[in-house]
Amino acid sequence: MEHIRTPKVENVRMIDRLTRRKSSVGTLYLSSTHTIFVENSEARKETWVLHSLIYNVERLPTNSSGSPLIIRCKNFHVYRLLIPQEKDCLDVLASLTRLSRPERYGELFCFSFNPNLDKELREKAWGFINLKAEFSRMGIPCNLWHVTAANHEYRLCDTYPSELFVPKSASPAVIVGSAKFRSRGRLPVLSYFHRDTSASICRSSQPLTGFSARSSDDEQMLQAIMKSNPVSEFMYVVDTRPKLNAMANRAAGKGYENEDHYTNIKLQFIGIENIHVMRNSQQKLIDVGELAAPSMSDFLWGLENSGWLKHIKAVLDAGVFIAKAVAEDGVSVLVHCSDGWDRTAQACSVASVLLDPYYRTIKGLMVLIEKDWVSFGHKFSHRYAHLDGDPKEVSPVMDQFLECVWQLMQQFPCAFEFNERFLIQLHTHIYSCQNGNFIGNCQKERRDLRLQERTHSLWPHLWENRAEYTNPLYRTDHSQTQGVLKPLTTAYCFKFWKGMYGRAEKSVASHQSPADCLNAVREESQQLEEELSSHQERLVQLKERKISGERKKTNKLSERVQRPIPTESELSSPLDYFTAPRSEKNTPSFTLPLQLAAPHKNGDPDDLSTCSDFESGVADLSSYSSSGGDDTKDPDSDEVVKANA
Amino acid sequence: MEFAELIKTPRVDGVVLHRPFMPTVEGTLCLTGHHLILSSRQDTTEELWLLHANIDSTEKRFVGSLGTIIVKCKDLRVIQLDIPGMEECLNIASSIEALSTLDSVSLMYPFFYRPLFEVIEDGWQSFVPEESFKDLESMTDEWRLSEVNKDFSLCPSYPSLLTVPKDIDDESLCKAASFRHGGRFPVLSYYHKKNAMVMMRAAQPLTGTNGRRCKEDEKLINATLCAGKRGYIIDTRTIAVAQQAKARGGGFEQEANYPQWRRIHKAIERSNVLQDSLIKLVEACNDQSHSMDRWLSKLEASNWQSNVKEILTTACLAAQCIDREGASVLVHGTEGTDSTLQVTSLAQIILDPACRTIRGFEALIEREWLQAGHPFQQRCAQSAYSNGKPRSEAPVFLLFLDCVWQILRQFPCSFQFNENLLIMLFEHAYASQFGTFLGNCVAERGKLQLSQKTVSLWSWVNRPQELERFLNPLYEPNNLVIWPSVAPQSLLLWEGVFLRWNRSTKCLDEAYQEMVHIIEYNKELQNKVNSLRRQLAQLETEDSPLQTP
Repeated sequence: MEHIRTPKVENVRMIDRLTRRKSSVGTLYLSSTHTIFVENSEARKETWVLHSLIYNVERLPTNSSGSPLIIRCKNFHVYRLLIPQEKDCLDVLASLTRLSRPERYGELFCFSFNPNLDKELREKAWGFINLKAEFSRMGIPCNLWHVTAANHEYRLCDTYPSELFVPKSASPAVIVGSAKFRSRGRLPVLSYFHRDTSASICRSSQPLTGFSARSSDDEQMLQAIMKSNPVSEFMYVVDTRPKLNAMANRAAGKGYENEDHYTNIKLQFIGIENIHVMRNSQQKLIDVGELAAPSMSDFLWGLENSGWLKHIKAVLDAGVFIAKAVAEDGVSVLVHCSDGWDRTAQACSVASVLLDPYYRTIKGLMVLIEKDWVSFGHKFSHRYAHLDGDPKEVSPVMDQFLECVWQLMQQFPCAFEFNERFLIQLHTHIYSCQNGNFIGNCQKERRDLRLQERTHSLWPHLWENRAEYTNPLYRTDHSQTQGVLKPLTTAYCFKFWKGMYGRAEKSVASHQSPADCLNAVREESQQLEEELSSHQERLVQLKERKISGERKKTNKLSERVQRPIPTESELSSPLDYFTAPRSEKNTPSFTLPLQLAAPHKNGDPDDLSTCSDFESGVADLSSYSSSGGDDTKDPDSDEVVKANA
Repeated sequence: MEFAELIKTPRVDGVVLHRPFMPTVEGTLCLTGHHLILSSRQDTTEELWLLHANIDSTEKRFVGSLGTIIVKCKDLRVIQLDIPGMEECLNIASSIEALSTLDSVSLMYPFFYRPLFEVIEDGWQSFVPEESFKDLESMTDEWRLSEVNKDFSLCPSYPSLLTVPKDIDDESLCKAASFRHGGRFPVLSYYHKKNAMVMMRAAQPLTGTNGRRCKEDEKLINATLCAGKRGYIIDTRTIAVAQQAKARGGGFEQEANYPQWRRIHKAIERSNVLQDSLIKLVEACNDQSHSMDRWLSKLEASNWQSNVKEILTTACLAAQCIDREGASVLVHGTEGTDSTLQVTSLAQIILDPACRTIRGFEALIEREWLQAGHPFQQRCAQSAYSNGKPRSEAPVFLLFLDCVWQILRQFPCSFQFNENLLIMLFEHAYASQFGTFLGNCVAERGKLQLSQKTVSLWSWVNRPQELERFLNPLYEPNNLVIWPSVAPQSLLLWEGVFLRWNRSTKCLDEAYQEMVHIIEYNKELQNKVNSLRRQLAQLETEDSPLQTP
């Protein structure tokens, strides 16, 4: 609390970028975890901004109407405030700047977040995802693969999980020797086993080859991996880095496998750029989204210039290459990059999604993230800036994985059990620090922080709300659901992810979402099914009673299930088409899904009810028009009622 | 028959057909007067029937005695035919070339086509101006139907019946016509029932460099304003282009002469620019080897999406003036037959829920495009693969359909029809067995006797069996104005047309089927529940007498 310079500022204006007229006045409250804006209006609408989600706070020069403050969030929401007094603005700025950059783990939101679960439930929640069960689902251990205790107490590699799966044929000496020859001890271990072909995906960091070094243990380790796929005569080593980067690493005593030293390997470079390139690329993409009134050329040029989709394509291409090798050619693959915790995690998990329908389910994606990302030491706290630290460590690695899944969903609309909302929700939680799942940089660190005792797990909570995250088109028996996905990765197949990066514009387009419509229809069908069976029962009863001459009233007859009728506000209102089309992006004041005390129930960041009415910029247009949009609104709504009555 | 002399080799065996994302087919190639047919003579594979009129351009090349003809179609499909025998290949190629570029309209397929279905409702009679005027009459008595253009002498591109303000007599109309490009004086395009505001369209006024004026023209459009109200003139050209037009006798309405009107200039491109845009876009879409950078840069350079955005923005502006400003609107560009129609027809889709039904949309196309004199035959003579010198080809109608698709995508529950209808209209505008899109205006169609000699597209579309394919399962009728977003990120590339032949649509089709399935199951349940309810209600009333003491 000592960081809060001012707990409350009155008469703050929350500016709506689309239409100034819609801006609202209210009171700003600062708590230790959230900034809350409460409108003065009768509805007293609240907007909650979680401090750990704040990316930066920018103060613009004070003008006659007050001091503007822009709060940008890590999930790409932007809030614009106008604070009457400059002093208050400076206080809020200083408070938020400090509060959004915790210096110690102990300050993180997850340690104060209390969803009122008792101890037993909390423990059970942490057991919701069980990686041992996941490996046994794959058929591991088996006669070729087993678990090794080599990393017990993290003595071999402190960024790996304590339980590692390795070829049975690899002796303890080979395992230790291989770890010594790999950067940070991240030796080749099993990530995914494809039962149908017995081919596997293994992962590691780069070998410490320098210009000429070799290790017979490491060579034997790869040989053991290859031999664990009895029918195959060679294996791929996929180096996900651009070849030039890999070569440059040799000067630092690292590098890549020499094909002459390893028997029967084929080395393949994929060319995914490093975290610094990705960070800059995403920033450019975000800037495109923040352009005030972009023309189509501004937008497309900005999109090209950001390079973002090119990088997404590279990650997906890596996944496609691995999946094809494993499923079609039956060849095992060892994947690595430099440290083996960023690009490697991306490539392995994308390949897994392509290969295994299980990872395309809600639970399966959780398992995959827990396995390929959390347990294998993806540096969540560094990459997503949970703590105030080195900005060069920050990079949207996971963002890219989630986007690859989204791009796949565009090509295979029936193949995924979850919807876009689920991916966006996961994205928010990776940054939010509300739960303990993504805190720290590896398993050891999480153990040392005693996260399971001190924080709550996200997964059961998402699972309870899975109805919200369900894709209505998904059916377990559908042909798309089964088997390996073979996406097209031609450039024109990749789209700008509007739901993620264009949230300001969603006011209009997402109001009629076919998926939401279908979900409503399916829900209605369910009710109808129930009603049907109850009517059938009643009918039988009645027929029997008719004989006995009894009579009872049916009271369900008047009930009518109805889908919501769209109102005009849902169909949106005109933007200002007058000037150069003002497609300004604002971020509407969503209620954040992350609420302070209560466990959040409605976890939908796209909750439309909070941002329903975007009024037109009609007022800007002409002085001789007295009528704004408001008075024409009601007649329209009336018409709907009539029409549907 | 006269086609025979153009067909030197009517039949070749052992021809192999290659199509992207589809299995190759080997079979017999046959040429008829109007079709290129490839049949494998096996029951399992479908035959290819391609209208010569659908062929935009061909290329041929030889490897030894194996000839290859690449056929590029107006619907953007590209197919490859491997033909054994150099002479056969040359003959086929020259026949295709000749048959796909026949000059005479009366040799076109619609004049030879005999429907294999029974015409239940003659599409030529489905949308007559008298009928739509009846609708108007039920809402207002301010307008009348004028026969001033009965013999098409006043304005050759207008229909014979025109809706004009009641208080303006035919003599004034003649004067106004002489003041507008091509005689296209202001006529009613749309009446907004909610607030009695109207949208009119015309061609540019012929003010010339010395600022000519025409009292009758001023009186005509002022007659549509309510007392004390102002209106908007939406000029689809930039002010610079409009200024330049003065030198050629055209121009725009001067403020001084039209004090009750505010003029707004927009920047919809002229038709030759649009054609170039289409060619570039299709070229970009057809090259699958593009890197991401190259693809995005080519997409941007084609300017297609910018054109979509500009047209849609102008239409939204017109709709906004009418619905939100409570003002009447006059739309025109230069000739009033291209950008003007894009704007007036899209504005109606935004404003009028009736235009979002299948019949209403057909009526809109009939009214705002066919009757209004959009020169379909000139504009759709060639498509994206034309390598000849462009004449007056332009994808004006395709851009309109693209804009409709954008709105449909943003409001997937507000349209009775689906994307298939739009794609079908695109195909038929360029090549068809029906006569609907032949000719450039009503007068020409009359001369060609299309309604007697050809079948109307609507006769076919409106058959219940066909309609099914075009119905949007998500449709929930609503009476609302729908305001699309015109932000760049809200406007997507129309993949259904531009990537149609460059990817497999299997998974997307399956998703569509699944959607249909979910909705049909729901309807089925509703029917069952309703029938049970009735049974129950009946049983209970039958029961009641027993219960009365």
